[in-house]
Amino acid sequence: MNGLDCKVARLSLDAALDGEIDAKHRPALEAHLLACPGCRQALDGKRAIAERVKTGAERFTAPEEFKARLRAALPPDTQPQPQAHRASPWIARARAGSWAGAALALAASIVLFLASPSPQDTLTRELVGAHVRSLMAGHLTDVESSDRHTVKPWFNGRLDLSPPVPDLADQGFPLAGGRLDYIEERPAAALVYRHRQHLLNLFVWPEPKGDEHGLVRSQRNGYSILAWNQAGIAYALVSDLNPAEMEEFQRLWIARASGTTPPK
Amino acid sequence: MPHADAAYNLARWLIRDRHDAEDVVQNAMLRAYRFLDSCRAETARQWVLRIVRNACYDWLNAKAAIPVAGFADLDPLDIEGHHFTADIFGGLLEDPESLLVKADERSLINAMIAALPPEFREIIVLRELEALSYKEIAEIAGIPVGTVMSRLSRGRGLLVKEWNRRNERSRQ
Repeated sequence: MNGLDCKVARLSLDAALDGEIDAKHRPALEAHLLACPGCRQALDGKRAIAERVKTGAERFTAPEEFKARLRAALPPDTQPQPQAHRASPWIARARAGSWAGAALALAASIVLFLASPSPQDTLTRELVGAHVRSLMAGHLTDVESSDRHTVKPWFNGRLDLSPPVPDLADQGFPLAGGRLDYIEERPAAALVYRHRQHLLNLFVWPEPKGDEHGLVRSQRNGYSILAWNQAGIAYALVSDLNPAEMEEFQRLWIARASGTTPPK
Repeated sequence: MPHADAAYNLARWLIRDRHDAEDVVQNAMLRAYRFLDSCRAETARQWVLRIVRNACYDWLNAKAAIPVAGFADLDPLDIEGHHFTADIFGGLLEDPESLLVKADERSLINAMIAALPPEFREIIVLRELEALSYKEIAEIAGIPVGTVMSRLSRGRGLLVKEWNRRNERSRQ
């Protein structure tokens, strides 16, 4: 499949996760991940452990008395000068990642356009592609927060809509953050929620001419998509979670969203 | 004291004893700072960390606390790490009565990292806790970028495996 076998793919998962994979190899890995549930599961496991280490492991900081001892032991002429702080490489990478992500999304949509069988199918592919990309390269969230009061204002000025960001942590779907993505070559808000080891991307974008419609269910490459259209706004939920739980999430999300923000 | 925190953190994780780590870091930092002026700011951190890292390995070797050989000749595609899991987490985590079983996620994560062989442990610490790039880690550890990638991959693989094993067991 795609000239990339699982052994090679698994060796690249970490690089993909860390935004260290080179542009040349990335498309092959994305294609492989789309087709291979085993490698996706491996990627999920690695992302989860990386996050546990980042947030849970001790980062020892040098105690003041230790630094004082060190300073005292230095000859006076070698006292190092304080250096300007540079932006953390993690932040720089995250920024680079989101540009790369945007460029890739655009490239992907052009390719998909050339191949396009039907607009609906194109959209489905695009959504699943955006979901898979979000699992790689530190591009999951641009604003990482479980606080909806942080995530919602983040979209202001970046999008011509301000999506509701209900908190569903008490229902087992904690908010992970938000991200700017591209769907049908237009900017879209992506809200990221978690459920156990699974991630859910809820894409929200304005669709003023779209017909209002209820839930449309589709499947692709082991991912489920729930799409609906309400009051000129299109919503699409993508995840590898089972469809029943996704519908449960969708129901809860709508109920909370309409409770917290009155329809415009 | 530029980079003192990063150096301190790396040494604490490699040496796993506070007092010995402080001695090693202090001596190494004094040596590193003597030449710091000749370093460009972008490479100063790698320079300091490399000296501290090597001093930690000297200490570990002197203590013969670790088997240094053995990891280089592993099949690089042994992605699941079958060859060397030979329970590296063994003694530390096995005892069902130990505090760790009841301990929170944080202590468990710490214990799991501490139980990794140092070659994997240092990469995990530099990547996840210091947020360094593969290239920066390669410079510090004195290994090719490809080796950073495969060690990180196997290190994370070991942690995932151990994490899952413990979760399955705690559900039983």
